[in-house]
Amino acid sequence: MTAATAAPSRRPTLAVWKFSSCDGCQLSLLNCEDELLAVAGAIEIAHFTEATRADAEGPYDLSLVEGSITTPEDAQRILEVRRLSRWLVTIGACATSGGIQALRNFADVDEFTRAVYATPEFISTLSTSTAISDHVPVDYELHGCPIDRRQLLEVVTAFVQGRPPRIAAESVCAECKRRGTVCVTVAHGTPCLGPVTHSGCGALCPSYDRGCFGCFGPLPGANTSSLSLTLSAAGVAPRDVTRLFRTFNAASDSFRDAADASERQS
Amino acid sequence: MTHRLNADELLRVDALARVEGEGAMRIRIRDGLVTEVALDIYEPPRFFEALLRGRAFGEAPDITARICGICPVAYQMSACQAIEAAFEVEVPDNVRLLRRLLYCGEWIESHALHIFLLHAPDYLGYEGVIDMARDHHDLVELGLRLKKVGNELMTVVGGRSVHPINVRVGGFYRLPSAEQLAALRPQLEQARDDALATVAAVAQFSFPELEQPHEYLALRAPAGDYPLERGTLVSSGGLVFDAPQFGDHIVEEHVERSNALHASLVGVGRYMVGPLPRYSLNFDRLSPLAQQAARDAGLGTTCRNPFQSIVVRAVELVYACDEALRLLDAIDPSGPPAADVLPRAGIGHGVTEAPRGILYHRYELADDGTIVSAQIVPPTSQNQGAVEADLTAFVQNHLDLPTDELTHRCEQAIRNYDPCISCATHFLDLTVDEG
Repeated sequence: MTAATAAPSRRPTLAVWKFSSCDGCQLSLLNCEDELLAVAGAIEIAHFTEATRADAEGPYDLSLVEGSITTPEDAQRILEVRRLSRWLVTIGACATSGGIQALRNFADVDEFTRAVYATPEFISTLSTSTAISDHVPVDYELHGCPIDRRQLLEVVTAFVQGRPPRIAAESVCAECKRRGTVCVTVAHGTPCLGPVTHSGCGALCPSYDRGCFGCFGPLPGANTSSLSLTLSAAGVAPRDVTRLFRTFNAASDSFRDAADASERQS
Repeated sequence: MTHRLNADELLRVDALARVEGEGAMRIRIRDGLVTEVALDIYEPPRFFEALLRGRAFGEAPDITARICGICPVAYQMSACQAIEAAFEVEVPDNVRLLRRLLYCGEWIESHALHIFLLHAPDYLGYEGVIDMARDHHDLVELGLRLKKVGNELMTVVGGRSVHPINVRVGGFYRLPSAEQLAALRPQLEQARDDALATVAAVAQFSFPELEQPHEYLALRAPAGDYPLERGTLVSSGGLVFDAPQFGDHIVEEHVERSNALHASLVGVGRYMVGPLPRYSLNFDRLSPLAQQAARDAGLGTTCRNPFQSIVVRAVELVYACDEALRLLDAIDPSGPPAADVLPRAGIGHGVTEAPRGILYHRYELADDGTIVSAQIVPPTSQNQGAVEADLTAFVQNHLDLPTDELTHRCEQAIRNYDPCISCATHFLDLTVDEG
């Protein structure tokens, strides 16, 4: 119809996929109010059910995947998403470690079903909530419950430009020190996962006088057993240490091990 | 030649777009009569009520926020109110006002998202906001600007806009500073102008005719407020009850024609929550500016056309901006951030007005504050019966429309409710249509 449609230059295509989740991480993309229209100019939003009825067929250059795998159907669907995607990036704690719904992994899911639903036989669910990387290869994992929208923009920009995302792998503690926030554990004995949690939030909770609850998940190589000892010494009960590690990233390896260890003491 | 529906046909949308969460719609028509309407929810269950058991009371606001990334504040507010009721904690008025301010931020963010990004494309004939922006750039910019102010308000009060971190049982971890609050004023003044422009813009849309006799249920707040963070439940049929009686009046039951569980009002049946009921039962509580905007848009003091919910949401945007500006003056940033909270065994109920309507929480707590049981009834579950009734009425009256257009109109009728399927999931059965 117009010259524009005939232009040879092809914009990279973006697909946004949802599995078991709260929609908050996809919302982070729509929350880029100042950048949204520019992003939509640079890339073609080919599949994004929450935002548009339009649905272009794959393959897609970049797929952003929100949510964890909790049903047999979704375990199949993620294989198809992987097949259709040149790059696959998980966004958020659900996609990256199973999310809060992975608390079922530590319980009897049949009992969970009976507790919530009047007719449990209609519920088709797996006994675990698992990360996308447990099912298919993942090209990059963006942490957070929710993700930080600036980090999301950096990841999208990086993949469009064909370079690795520039996202620091350091602890919340490092961000806290840079902000000049007084340590809530040292000063007040407040339980805080800052030393073992991946940065990205800007050390938000300590700046509000509360401890980090680990929503960005474990920093690789973090020494969780040392932190558990520090928390015990500060008078935190083993049961509370377990709860602290067993929330939004409960199924990630190091948080799971730390929660299991403190549970054995309680 | 355009295809029209006749004898025995199925109208279906397998993946509803521009709603929060994953759902599908199925409508069966036989011999010119709508015989079956179903909203299928295939969003996977996440078992929040089960996983809350054994958690500390203080974790409930952060955990239940994760039910919905679009209305986390609503979950935090209902959770806090319920647990404070169980512990017989009175929060300082200053804390209550700050909660109200935070809630205004969520309303602005959520309503702007729905009006501009999810719903307006239906009225203007686009697949989504990105296409719409090509022809209506200024309108989309205005919507994004409004949405950003809502997010900014949530960030200042709550720490961040998705899953705020500053809410606790008893109040807040830290109060915003006087400077932070003052910096919101010019943004909110701009937002109020933008909200007025929004009302004027959406009032020009053309609305399919539909008058629905749903029983309306909303909160009615004390002290002249439009309902947000507190109030008594009232209905258009004259019911009046408080949160602890929620379970006496609202039951979850099987409906024969589908396997879904629906909420219904005892002695009444299906009912509706959200902007239309809130507005119609509380018009007198809107600010004068919001009332005037509604009149200028041609709305009466009640509204019964679900397709006009977009106008009512815009009026509520005006109110939320107006109210936030009032609250900026009323809040004392030097007050204590929270009430003291001493756990005790008991049961507590909380009801607040999420952007999509009534959100009920009930907790049974042990003497050390451990959660023994939890019940959560989100607005979308309560509206399921009303959505299906709207679809039945609308399709029955428009069987002459081409199938594509009728399907699209049905999607629009579902989006009238701004359904949040992620929220509703725990409550609805998952059914697979094998027909």
